Amino acid sequence: MLARTADNLYWLARYMERADYVARIVNTTRRLAALPAARGPDREEWRSALSSTGALEAYTEARGAVTPAGAIDFLVFDPANPSSIVNCVDAGRANARAVRTALTAETWDTINSGWLELNRLRGARVDRTDSEALGQILDLAVKLSLDVDGCSYRTMLRNDAYWFGRLGLYIERADNTARLLDVKYNILLPETEVVGGTLDYFQWTAILRAVSALTAYNWVYHDSVKPWLIADLLVLRPEMPRSLISCYDNIQRFLDAIARAYGRRGASQRIARHVLTRLENTSINEVFSGGLHEFITAFVEDNDRLGAEIAEQYLIH
Amino acid sequence: MPQAQYFDEMGARDTPRAVYAQVARWLAEAPAQLLESRRLQAELMFRRMGITFAVYGDNEATERLIPFDIVPRVIGRSEWNALEKGLVQRVKALNMFLADVYGKGDILRAGVVPSELVYRNAAFRPEMVGVPVPHGVYVQIAGIDIVRVDERDFYVLEDNARTPSGVSYMLENREAMMRLLPDLFAEHRVSPVEAYPNELRACLKSLAPRGAGADSVIVVLTPGQFNSAYYEHSFLADKLGVELVEGRDLFVRDEEVYMRTTQGPKRVDVIYRRVDDDFLDPLAFRPDSELGVPGLMAAYQAGNVTLANAVGTGVADDKAIYTYMPEIIRFYLGEDALLKNVPTWRCREPDSLKYVLEHLGELVVKEVNGSGGYGMLVGPHAAKDEIAAFARKLEHDPDNFIAQPTLALSTCPTSTPEGLASRHVDLRPFVLTGADGSRVVPGGLTRVALKEGSLVVNSSQGGGTKDTWVVDDPVAV
Repeated sequence: MLARTADNLYWLARYMERADYVARIVNTTRRLAALPAARGPDREEWRSALSSTGALEAYTEARGAVTPAGAIDFLVFDPANPSSIVNCVDAGRANARAVRTALTAETWDTINSGWLELNRLRGARVDRTDSEALGQILDLAVKLSLDVDGCSYRTMLRNDAYWFGRLGLYIERADNTARLLDVKYNILLPETEVVGGTLDYFQWTAILRAVSALTAYNWVYHDSVKPWLIADLLVLRPEMPRSLISCYDNIQRFLDAIARAYGRRGASQRIARHVLTRLENTSINEVFSGGLHEFITAFVEDNDRLGAEIAEQYLIH
Repeated sequence: MPQAQYFDEMGARDTPRAVYAQVARWLAEAPAQLLESRRLQAELMFRRMGITFAVYGDNEATERLIPFDIVPRVIGRSEWNALEKGLVQRVKALNMFLADVYGKGDILRAGVVPSELVYRNAAFRPEMVGVPVPHGVYVQIAGIDIVRVDERDFYVLEDNARTPSGVSYMLENREAMMRLLPDLFAEHRVSPVEAYPNELRACLKSLAPRGAGADSVIVVLTPGQFNSAYYEHSFLADKLGVELVEGRDLFVRDEEVYMRTTQGPKRVDVIYRRVDDDFLDPLAFRPDSELGVPGLMAAYQAGNVTLANAVGTGVADDKAIYTYMPEIIRFYLGEDALLKNVPTWRCREPDSLKYVLEHLGELVVKEVNGSGGYGMLVGPHAAKDEIAAFARKLEHDPDNFIAQPTLALSTCPTSTPEGLASRHVDLRPFVLTGADGSRVVPGGLTRVALKEGSLVVNSSQGGGTKDTWVVDDPVAV
């Protein structure tokens, strides 16, 4: 297939996944910010929302002090923020339009309809703090991402067009989960350090909610929310679809499919195998003893390197 | 309702033409809201599918819908057969003319067509002189614009031999009709149009260059997603089952064309290009073009890739050459033209210019190289000062213009916000030419001027489209 087509499919999936993630972060943060001040955390929640979507620096540069309204506007509507929801949907749709021949009619229809609906909501919304309209947009972003994913899964041929889309999705997802963990590493402490109280409890459940893992947590651990188990769930549990290990399991699978079809392996297959092996051969205690922050930083670097290697190997010629 | 001076495709309300009998009955019986609700459904469907086009210079709506009218345009089988013969004849002559002007130049030496009209034509490509093309086919895809003025007569309004567009609407309009009005559809025996992509693929394959494998690689070359016809480009690539490429996806090495794939370079044999000559190759034509492929022209001249349509076909669909089409057909085929030309004054001829200037108020004046309805004067609809301004333009550069009488374009019942009304239509059938000759998929794009009384059907000027049905002739009872 055309290298540019593969590139568009890869980025289409990344943008859809990112729109979903940003919407979930905004939703969770609104919930957290609505807690009574006495029980809620300090007013840092919007700062960490910006940070966990990689937008804090751009925000500070453009707007200065973090305010809730400013953060929401930046994360949802601002065209100057490449990761804002409207930007993700616009860019996703532009990528889809560039390669609509590589998409099934259902997938294209889903993306295009979602984009039209977002434009309608965007146009109708006069007051940017109108929480009902905002809720609709956040729901739309989550649903759009799910629908596009479902359409691809159910209707696309299992060939390289599908595999490059899946790669984009899991690389983006791994990046998102890792960033979320990194922003919260100061409250995700090992079993040996007893800390926290109600305040941290809300923070911990917020993390789980952000990746819709609160119910999953209960099913996996049958235990009250403990920070080290949250880290375990999001890093090492293969049954958790947003965990780093699950993402890399998929990444390796789809890179292998491509390598088999093309009859050639390369650097990206090697990196993916290396990262997956490391995740498979570690425990959450080992992660904590080396430092969660250090572990995540190294992971994000590897993930970035893999993204660059996939581009080099397949997407740019 | 049908004004007496125009031929109406359906005929009078109470005595419809035979091919329209069922449509007329349906229109008479359908509840008033049905048309409107189907129209809205169609619009929603087109919008969701992204069947849009861009209008240049229109920042407000970079993606607009071409209005679709759900009252079909019906053509009887015998009428169609006659039309088809004329179209095939015309395209055959166009191809022979191109082979001649880029070859020996017989027609110019015989004085049938003035040499300067060819050699001084901006669309003439000296790069093509002496360059053979597979099977002498220059125009693989032609769109011939036809208008009807009465029961018998079809006129050719314009030949489009460069990169004619609109065929996706022919196909999508049919899909829409089958979904929206299945009952009406079932009452007719409508010739299918869906074979078009297969025919196109076969015709492109038959013209693959030497050195192409048994399974030659075809691509569709688009200027990109901001081009007005991008939807059509992607639609065609999809239906053909081939890659939709942009210039940056291709490169030339050793006079062969390759596309950049995830598995490295892959040789390309046939390019159905929807990029104009000027932008095809910055080394050969406009150096500032970023849409093209450096070296493409050299690969083409070396015979290692087939371009559809060929480079330089614009010299044949020029409005000045158009006026010579009857003579061109006679010169190559020894036959009279089956399809009439609209009587045309060539403003380059002093007598004609004089006549045109004196009758501007009655005539349609067009630029020889214009397209899309831009830069033309429709005399009967123009204000006094517009006519005066146009006269100055005309006197300044008469060679650049032709004039035609305002044709009594036929009308067709059309659904409008005020109810059913007569609107003027034309027809663009698509003629495909491969190694084994030409064929026409029965149907085409009917364009309709949605403004009351308007004769301008171009989509860039607010025209709409209709599904075109070629139906079996009704059996006389």
